Amino acid sequence: MDSALIPKGVKRCPIGQFALFIAVVGAVLLWGVVAMLLIYFKGLNQTNMNNAYGFALWIWADLAVIALGGGAFFTGLLRYIIGKDELKNIINYAVLIGFVCYSSALLILAIDVGQPLRAWFIFWHANVHSMLTEVAFCLTCYFGVLTIEYVPLVLENRQVDKVPFFHHLSHNMHGIMAIFAATGAFLSFFHQGSLGGVSGVLFGRPFGFRTGINIWPWTFFLYTWSAAACGPCFTILITRITEMVTRKKLVKDNVIDLLAKIAGWMLLTYIIAKIIDTVYWATVTAPAMGFTLMDFYSNNPGSAYGIWILIAEVGICGLLPAVMLVSSGIRRNPTLLFIAVTLAAIGACLNRWVMVLQTQAVPVLSFEEWFTYMPSWQEIATTILPVAYGIIMIALSYRYLPIFPQERELNPIEGGK
Amino acid sequence: MDQQKNKKYGMVIDLDKCTGCGSCMVACMAENNVPFREDDTDKLLSVSWMQVYRLSNGKAFPHTEECYLPRPCQQCEGHHGHSPCVSVCPATATDYDMHTGIVSQIYTRCFGCRYCMAACPYHVRQFNWWDPVWPTGMERSLNPDVSVRMRGVVEKCSFCFSRYQTSMNKAFLEGRRELEEHEYQTACTQACPAGAIIFGDLNNPKHAVHKLAQPDLAHEGKPRNPKAFRLLERLGTNTKVYYLSSREWVRKAGDNEVKIA
Repeated sequence: MDSALIPKGVKRCPIGQFALFIAVVGAVLLWGVVAMLLIYFKGLNQTNMNNAYGFALWIWADLAVIALGGGAFFTGLLRYIIGKDELKNIINYAVLIGFVCYSSALLILAIDVGQPLRAWFIFWHANVHSMLTEVAFCLTCYFGVLTIEYVPLVLENRQVDKVPFFHHLSHNMHGIMAIFAATGAFLSFFHQGSLGGVSGVLFGRPFGFRTGINIWPWTFFLYTWSAAACGPCFTILITRITEMVTRKKLVKDNVIDLLAKIAGWMLLTYIIAKIIDTVYWATVTAPAMGFTLMDFYSNNPGSAYGIWILIAEVGICGLLPAVMLVSSGIRRNPTLLFIAVTLAAIGACLNRWVMVLQTQAVPVLSFEEWFTYMPSWQEIATTILPVAYGIIMIALSYRYLPIFPQERELNPIEGGK
Repeated sequence: MDQQKNKKYGMVIDLDKCTGCGSCMVACMAENNVPFREDDTDKLLSVSWMQVYRLSNGKAFPHTEECYLPRPCQQCEGHHGHSPCVSVCPATATDYDMHTGIVSQIYTRCFGCRYCMAACPYHVRQFNWWDPVWPTGMERSLNPDVSVRMRGVVEKCSFCFSRYQTSMNKAFLEGRRELEEHEYQTACTQACPAGAIIFGDLNNPKHAVHKLAQPDLAHEGKPRNPKAFRLLERLGTNTKVYYLSSREWVRKAGDNEVKIA
């Protein structure tokens, strides 16, 4: 029924099966939309946030998806600026994943504010000293860049491409894509960093606060670094999951191997920097504010924020996948590669989790206790909403757009249609 | 503009006198139209510009001691007005006033991102999770000088700033540019039956707050009075609320100390 829209030379599942898949994911999306409307009409009292937890699940989700979406800018940088030509075979997918991640972040931010109709005040009454202002400006600009990078793909749809104007537009946009890749990398450096600065500048919160260079706390650089490391890992992870779902090989091993190797070295250098940062913070910064390292990891309900979380973040989800990815033997084993990139993605999420949630949970006044928080179903539904939206975006893009340039070669079909 | 040459309104709270009666909290709510709900038992969801904490020395009977600590906004100056919350607000909805040293909150500009709440270690910034609903007839007793706030914005203690404006208007009409100490006093100060809360200009040597706290202006206002302390001094928030206590354990509770074995 929709065969005229499907790219030439590739095979897709029957439309009925596809529609059923979309319907199931769409139901989840609808659940999120209901929760979103409840929040819009009734307010943030629909959440389990409180005066101690002003930042919670949504801000974590924002920071996490932006880190994971970092594969778009870093792969673009490698492909267009540094000249790693093999990566042209995965850049489309990296851009799509980035587009989904960033649009999700903007959606969550729009839900998260108490007065959504005034959200534009962040641009109109901008406070240039605020990390959130920088995030808002750079994030919005970069989303524009991602849209520009994604549009040529849409224009390559078989039917759209038949229109001469769109065909030439797509061709010309491809021609100048290096400029947008460079712009994207520049913007990403700043907004990824500013997101790191969100906690890093809070000198009233010793868990999150870091010293640094001029106005930039160390977390500014660590966040950019970790996004450049873990973003490509997430791109590889989603590529592998897509291959599992479609039961096809979509990207050649040498492409994945190159990206995984670069991500591995980025992750290894990041985690060394992260360890140095942690040691300095634990031995110099925090004690100067009256805290020992274990003050941040002790006596909390259920040990939700025990020292295990630091070990999990830096060791199991940092150092371990880094070593796995830089080792060519391990990296070339599909199962071990899958484990390594999964751990790296979890590591980035865990880092964002502690920097948002644990910063709020730690008691700062000596006569206060740890603060606990469990998200409401409305918060969970609106956080799953972008996941459902992302799956639908990927499914539609995969079905109708030539996302994977190597798909035809890797999956020849009889007749070559 | 140099904060040290202007007015710097601040508070001294004598914890030896505070009985924990809560009059300051009630007076504050009435003065500033602070909203409340029918069931306001969850204190993490309610709004209270002034909150009284109960501190304990943690010792067993008969050595148990308690202390009540009223906590308004600490009106942090940080370094040159770089207070924790003002610097992070993305929409400039909060400001450090160099003329008075008071941290303001512009309710109609706040869009409810709550970054300032995440930044404040004292939990003085609270969110309006609901629209205010006043019991029938009570809206007629609201203070006309203080705007009520809507759902979805952050609010906090303003040192009863409307009283400052009213007093300044009166002084201007009388051809004066300066206020007498008694002309601008916060509601909590006036309501405290024990006289535990003292308010005034920390930069003015004639004011009681200056005499009691003895702020060392060369060292970001650190108190020279050995009985005085500020909350979380080590963080560099440079607050304008000083506490007095003759008990060492109370003074120590004001900050965190790294215990070196």
